[in-house]
Amino acid sequence: MDINKRHPMPCRDPLVRNKDFKEVATGYDAETAIEEAKRCLHCKHRPCVSGCPVNIAIPDFIALVAEGKFEEAYQVIAKTSALPAVCGRVCPQEKQCESKCVRGIKGESVGIGRLERFVADYHNANTPLKKADIPKNGKRVAIVGSGPSSLTCAGDLAKMGYAVTIFEALHIAGGVLVYGIPEFRLPKAIVQREVDGLKDMGVDVETNVVIGRSISIDDMLQKYDAVFVGSGAGLPRFMGIEGENLKGVYSANEFLTRINLMKAYKEDSRTPVQHGRRVAVVGGGNVAMDAARCAKRLGAQEVCIIYRRSMEELPARAEEVENAIEEQIEFKTLMNPTRILGNENGNVTGIECVNMELGEPDESGRRRPVAIKGSEHIIDVDSVIIAIGTSPNPLIKSTTAGLEVDKRGCIVADENGRTSREGVFAGGDTVTGAATVIKAMGAGKAAAKAIDEYIKSKAN
Amino acid sequence: MYKILKKERLNSSVTRMVIEAPFVAKKAQPGQFIILRVDKDGERVPFTIADYDRENETVTIIFQVVGAETSLLNLKNEGDYIEDFVGPLGNPTKTDGYKKVAVIGGGVGSAIAYPVAKKFHQQGTVVHTVVGFRNKELVILADEFKAVSDKYLLVSDDGSTGKKGFVTDALKELIDSGEAYDLVIAIGPIPMMKFVSKLTKGYGIKTIVSMNPIMIDGTGMCGGCRLTVGGETKFACVDGPEFDGHLVDFDEAMERGAMYKKFERSEECRLFGKEVQ
Repeated sequence: MDINKRHPMPCRDPLVRNKDFKEVATGYDAETAIEEAKRCLHCKHRPCVSGCPVNIAIPDFIALVAEGKFEEAYQVIAKTSALPAVCGRVCPQEKQCESKCVRGIKGESVGIGRLERFVADYHNANTPLKKADIPKNGKRVAIVGSGPSSLTCAGDLAKMGYAVTIFEALHIAGGVLVYGIPEFRLPKAIVQREVDGLKDMGVDVETNVVIGRSISIDDMLQKYDAVFVGSGAGLPRFMGIEGENLKGVYSANEFLTRINLMKAYKEDSRTPVQHGRRVAVVGGGNVAMDAARCAKRLGAQEVCIIYRRSMEELPARAEEVENAIEEQIEFKTLMNPTRILGNENGNVTGIECVNMELGEPDESGRRRPVAIKGSEHIIDVDSVIIAIGTSPNPLIKSTTAGLEVDKRGCIVADENGRTSREGVFAGGDTVTGAATVIKAMGAGKAAAKAIDEYIKSKAN
Repeated sequence: MYKILKKERLNSSVTRMVIEAPFVAKKAQPGQFIILRVDKDGERVPFTIADYDRENETVTIIFQVVGAETSLLNLKNEGDYIEDFVGPLGNPTKTDGYKKVAVIGGGVGSAIAYPVAKKFHQQGTVVHTVVGFRNKELVILADEFKAVSDKYLLVSDDGSTGKKGFVTDALKELIDSGEAYDLVIAIGPIPMMKFVSKLTKGYGIKTIVSMNPIMIDGTGMCGGCRLTVGGETKFACVDGPEFDGHLVDFDEAMERGAMYKKFERSEECRLFGKEVQ
C-alpha cells in the first residue's frame, strides 16, 4: 500500500446503511491498526499533540499500537482523555490533530482518530468495568449537565477524591451525545459505558433535575464546595420567516431528540416523529448532516441540505459531508429560505428559497452571502428541519444573580472556567457557544484542575 | 423512580395521583407543570401540578385518560413507580396585585385552575370561579373550589348539573351584572380559552390563558411547544405556559396540537389490542 495514503475506514454500503440506524463506520481491525500506526514518523516536535485540545500523547500511544500493545496504548490516552471511544468517532480531526500531522504535507495524515477509536473499542471489548476504590477527601462538587464537559470534569474530580454529583435535566445522561448525535455515528452503548465508568468511580448521577427550576445554583452552593456548569448550548435558533410554525417544521434539536433520545425511529416507539417524504434541512453544520441522514433513514425519498454559502464553507466534518453525499443527500448550496408554504390544514407543502452569491468577507472572515434579487423559487417539500445553530438556555442565567453572561447569552468564564461568582465554574458550549465535543472536554478538564485549586486554597 | 402514594378516581375518565417527588415538591408553585415518563419505553408527557405538599415531598397530578400514555399511567396503582418525573417546569402564575379575579376552568383543565384559585384566595384576592363540564358525571373538585372561591358557578353543556351552557355564557352574565374583574384566568381546552379571550377582549379585561401544546423536553431545548403570541414565536415550556389570551394565535395552536393525531389513534389501537390479549 502507498505509504502516503492512510488505510481507509471500513464502512457499510451507503445504500444499505441509509435505511437503518446501525453504525456506518465499522472500524479498523487489529492488523490494519498496526499497519496504520506504522505510518507515524514519531516527529521530535510532535505537532499533532498541539492540535489536540486535551493534548493526548499521540505518538506514544501510536507507537504502542504499532507494537500490538493495545491496552497499554489505551492507558496512554486515558491519562488525558476521558472519552476516547467518543472522540475517536466525532472529533473533526482534519481541523485538529490530523491537520498538524507531518505526513499530511506530502500525502494523507496518519488516521489518528481512527487509531484512537480502535484502541478505545479494543479496551471496552476486553476490559470489564470495575469499581474503583478512591480515597475520598471529604469535599463535594456539583456538576450541572451531563454532556462531554461535565463528564470529563466529573471524572477528573472523582479521581482526585471529590464526592461528585451530576445533575441532568433529561432522563438519560450524556447531553448531546445521547439526544443529538445519532446512533449511526455514535452508538449509545458507548456513551452508557462512559457514564457507567463514572458511576464506578463513585460519581452520583441525578437525572430529572432542572437547574434553575428544581434547584438553583445558590441552593447548590449551600451544600457543595464548588459548582461546575456544563449545561451546553441547547436553545435552538429559528429563522423568523413566514410559515415556521407550520406542521412539519422542526428544529433539528426536536427532530434529533425524538429520534435519538426517544427512539422514534423504532417501530414500537411510543414517541412519534413525522416521516417526511421530501425533506429540506436548513444549515451546513454537523447537526444539519445528522438531521438529513436521519430523515433519509426514516424513509424519505428526497432529502436536501439548503446552505447559504458554498460547499467549501460547510462547517460540518468532511467525513460527515462525504457520508451524506454517498447516502444520496442532495446539497443545494448558495441558497437561503425566504418562507415556508403550507396548505389549508397547516401542513408544509414547500419552501421558497433565494439564490445567493458570496460577497466581501464578514467579521468571521468568511465571505458574506448576498441574495440575488429575483431568483426566488419554490422547492416542493413536506418537512423542513431548521439547523442554523443553538445558543445557551437562559434558565441558569435568569435564576442565578451575579452570574455574568455575554450578549450571546454565554456564561463569561476565564480559561480555567472561573465565572463572576465565587465557587461557580463553567465550561463547554455554555461558555463558547456551540463548538465541539473535544473542546468541551478540554474545558471540563481545565475546570476540574481550577476547582481543585480553589477548594484547596479555601481549606488553607 | 417515583412512587405513587395515592390514586383516586375522580370520575369515569379522570384520575388523581399523589406522587413522591422531593425535588419538585420543594419548589412547585401554581401554574407550573411536570413532565413524566410512565416506563422505560414511554413518551415524555407534560402534566400540570394540581397540588403539592412540601413537608411530605409529594406532588399531585390530575389527568384524563385520552391516549396511550395516560392509559398506561392509569393502570398503575398505589405503591407502583413512575420511571421519570421532572419539574417544576414553566413559570408560576403571577398572582400579585389583583383585587378581584375570575378563574375559569374547563373540563379536566379545572384541575389546573384549582391551585391558581387557591393561591389567589390565600393571598386575599376575591375569587369568582366558573367551571364547565360536558355533563354531571364529569364534575370534579367541586368541594375544593367552593372552599377557595367567594363565588362558585357550575355550568354543563347539557344542563344535567348547574346551569346549562358554556363558561363564556356564565362569565358574560357575571360581567354584565356589574362584577368588575381586574383579571380573568382561563384554563381548559383551546377552543374554550379562545372564546373566553374573545369575550373579555370586548370588555377590555386582562386575560391570562394556560397553553398546553405538544412538548418533549419541557426545558426550552427543542421548540416543539412553540406558539405565536403577539406576532412573536414563544416556547410555552420556558416563556409560559401562561400568556396574554388577547395575543395568542389559538388557531395555529390548535393546528399544531393535532400534528400527531393519526399516530396517536393507531397507537391507542395497538395498545388496547395488547391489553385485550
